[in-house]
Amino acid sequence: MPENANIEQISFLGLAKQNLRKLSMFIMLGLILLVFAVLTNGVNLTPRNITNIFIQNSYILILAVGMVLVIIIGNIDLSVGSVVAFSGALSAMLYNTGIGLIPTLLLSLLIGAAIGVFQGFWIAFVGIPAFITTLAGMLFFRGLTYIITNVSPISLRDDGFKKIASGSLNIPGFTIGSMDGLSIVVMVIAVVLLVFFTLRQRRKQISNGFSVLPLRYTILKVASLSALIIFVFLRFAAYRGIPTVGLVLFIVTAIFVFLTNNTVIGRYIYAVGGNAKSAKLSGINSEQVVFITHIIMGVLCGLSGVVFTAYMNSALPQAGNQFELDAIASCYIGGAAASGGIGTIIGAITGGLVMGVINNGMSLMNIGADWQYVVKASILLLAVFYDIWSRRKSGLG
Amino acid sequence: MSNDEYILEVKNLTKDFPGVRALDSVDFKVRRGEIHCLVGENGAGKSTLMNVVSGVLPRSEYEGVVVFKGKETNYRSTRDSEQDGLSIIHQELTLSPYLSIYENIFLGHMKTRFGIIDWDTCLKDSYPLLKRVGLREPPQTIVSKMSVGKQQLVEIARAISRNAELLIFDEPTSSLNDEESENLLNLIREFKKEGITCIMISHKLDEVLAVADSITILRDGLSVASYDLTKAPVSQQQIIKGMVGRELKNLFPKKEPDIGDVVFEVKGWTVHHPDYHDMKIVDDASFFVRKGEIISFCGPMGAGRTELMMSIFGNSYGYGASGEIHLHNKRVTFKNPKDAIEQGVGYVSEDRKSLGLILIQDVKTNITNSSLPKLSKRGILNKNLMRNKAEEYKESLQIKTPSLEQLVRNLSGGNQQKVVLSRSLLADPDIFIVDEPTRGIDVGAKYEIYSILNDMVKQGKSVIVVSSELAEAISMSDRIYVMNEGKIKGVLDRSEATQERIMHMALVD
Ligand SMILES: Nc1ncnc2c1ncn2[C@@H]1O[C@H](COP(=O)(O)OP(=O)(O)OP(=O)(O)O)[C@@H](O)[C@H]1O
Ligand SMILES: [Mg+2]
Repeated sequence: MPENANIEQISFLGLAKQNLRKLSMFIMLGLILLVFAVLTNGVNLTPRNITNIFIQNSYILILAVGMVLVIIIGNIDLSVGSVVAFSGALSAMLYNTGIGLIPTLLLSLLIGAAIGVFQGFWIAFVGIPAFITTLAGMLFFRGLTYIITNVSPISLRDDGFKKIASGSLNIPGFTIGSMDGLSIVVMVIAVVLLVFFTLRQRRKQISNGFSVLPLRYTILKVASLSALIIFVFLRFAAYRGIPTVGLVLFIVTAIFVFLTNNTVIGRYIYAVGGNAKSAKLSGINSEQVVFITHIIMGVLCGLSGVVFTAYMNSALPQAGNQFELDAIASCYIGGAAASGGIGTIIGAITGGLVMGVINNGMSLMNIGADWQYVVKASILLLAVFYDIWSRRKSGLG
Repeated sequence: MSNDEYILEVKNLTKDFPGVRALDSVDFKVRRGEIHCLVGENGAGKSTLMNVVSGVLPRSEYEGVVVFKGKETNYRSTRDSEQDGLSIIHQELTLSPYLSIYENIFLGHMKTRFGIIDWDTCLKDSYPLLKRVGLREPPQTIVSKMSVGKQQLVEIARAISRNAELLIFDEPTSSLNDEESENLLNLIREFKKEGITCIMISHKLDEVLAVADSITILRDGLSVASYDLTKAPVSQQQIIKGMVGRELKNLFPKKEPDIGDVVFEVKGWTVHHPDYHDMKIVDDASFFVRKGEIISFCGPMGAGRTELMMSIFGNSYGYGASGEIHLHNKRVTFKNPKDAIEQGVGYVSEDRKSLGLILIQDVKTNITNSSLPKLSKRGILNKNLMRNKAEEYKESLQIKTPSLEQLVRNLSGGNQQKVVLSRSLLADPDIFIVDEPTRGIDVGAKYEIYSILNDMVKQGKSVIVVSSELAEAISMSDRIYVMNEGKIKGVLDRSEATQERIMHMALVD
């Protein structure tokens, strides 16, 4: 075989050691799921509960995706909770005028973008630190929310809006056994695509002369990812089918994973966060990159506002309170560095799920918010401690 | 113990980093009271060896034995080694920029009375130290306001304030000009007279030969040779051969000038200090460069050469820049560095750590960062192309790294410099401005870099070099501009340039 030359010789243990850091978040998530499975007698792994975890955390996960970009660029956004409330309230008002769901969604994203432009302008071009600008934004948009809602909830004219959060995608009558047919079909397609693209990429790398891992590790990776997909989708299928927010989340994640890894703007975000002065001298328009990042954050706040309004089935003036803290914590649990330049979308999502699974598990056990705070805080500290410690040990930090 | 011949003995030292063996059973001995120079190519392991000796790398991180003053060391950090009388002055200065001279000197070991810092005693004690290192600034001066050369003297004062018996200098002269370098070498000779042992790492072989009592050569983590110069002299050729493993006939490649018309011209360029707006840093500077020409800018530190280049390069320095830039006979302006790069001007900063590289990113990313628009289609990156380009420059500049995914912070100083150069070369500029391109680079790699510059001008491009090494400027360039105090003092042709004339022009006229 001519490809032999490209295949790295590495033992399983060596490989595991090399990737332990990268995998540690997933391992942590898995362990936490297991711990709660024991503590709740498996209730947290039921189809209904797995679906709920996605629905209950979707709006935080969407925010975490934007927040990690902001953190990578070396900034922070404290205003996201208030912006969620503001855009959520506006979306409810827009929907109640009867313009329909899709126009409401698009307009809300636009409102989010406009807020991003506003805050991004002060941060990127005027040079006011993001911490201060968004602290102002946090108060400003909370105030505006109170003004436009008269400090009372806005209820929605019908149940159409709710579907975004609690609805599911299924074709009526299409079932396989007692399961939802569409979920099963999507699951099969997803696994097939995963196998196909992984193998194709491997072949491409070999033909380009890059070194690759032995086939058995590729198979191991594909197998574990497939197992994960099958697990989640079987849960969906056994309950009501794929939740609509699941699709929304998937699209958002896919877009931003691609953006960070494969586009010029994505690499620019990492470069500016890694060393703004050097990035500038490399010919990167850092101000513009910072500006764009905050616009992206704004758009995702708009989306999160819509999802949250749908989830609550009304727009609340105090909505989104402390969302910024959950979103920021998700990023750090997911391996982002406070000094900027380091972080991933998948990390932020995993971090958000870690928090979500803890919240959910403790609620199932009827443990109150008081202890939930204590446990979440401990997890945050521990996760970041592990990250820093392992980074230092492997000479990265 | 004090009658021991060797103050420091390193035996069978091995140090591995992930993917690299930086030191491979190295033996290294330093006699009491001598000046011992350590030489070797970039990435040979010199800094690593000194980091082991001085406790920057703690005992648990290497294999082998280090014996200092007859005792095996067991340092956990530089704090321990300093207490033992061993101080290191790093390749990159480590002063706290906003503190004053005397605060920096006593940082970490302040004089205290009842647990309260006694600043007056610190201040008083700093005078004799400053006198010893020959620094005339008042001790209250904030260090970031001083030149690199003077900051280094502060660092040295800090080291001797702890009664060092062994001082280690990692490339102390790499960011000094010739005069400052000479002063520093004299200071080291002075220390020797006082009985302090010094180890110096340097890529400048003439200064090594001028001060060394002994020389040790490292190559690829191995100690390949040790010379005792008090017994028999060594030639520069011998050292180079030991370092690179082959003969190197010339230090400068031959250049056949093929010079065309003026392509880049700057007229009446004036820049003010970024904070003190009425202070002129560059004053009415005018110069031009022709197609296929290499020009150099010489002058003492603080002459305004870097500031001139950076402000031209898209207003990257200073306040209220005025003047004209003409590119290919058209008047142009560069709003920002991006603009300048797009119009075909490239700039490589002298300060690779804070202005050149992104230390937490890998080699491949750093090399490609300036050229992403070219390496992508509709904003989507062509990752194979990125890899291939990075690989190409790693090969052609011989960047020593285990892989393209290595973080640049883990590369040796010289190899970091090659990464910065690669980044600008990949952006393919017509007018290439390089600020101290060979700072901290070994002789072999210097030759490579000169060859690359020569190749560029052969392709009809133009190169502007800011250099503090006069020998380099004279051998490489077609014309030399001499600057001092923000003004261009004159220009010399290749044929008429000598070190004396350049110095004379800078200081007297
Ligand atoms: N923290 C680190 N992690 C991984 N590799 C490292 C680290 N520090 C140094 N190295 C590697 O060890 C080798 C020796 O580096 P070292 O800095 O000692 O070289 P040097 O002789 O001082 O070179 P230069 O003249 O360029 O300063 C290099 O290949 C370098 O890439
Ligand atoms: Mg070094």
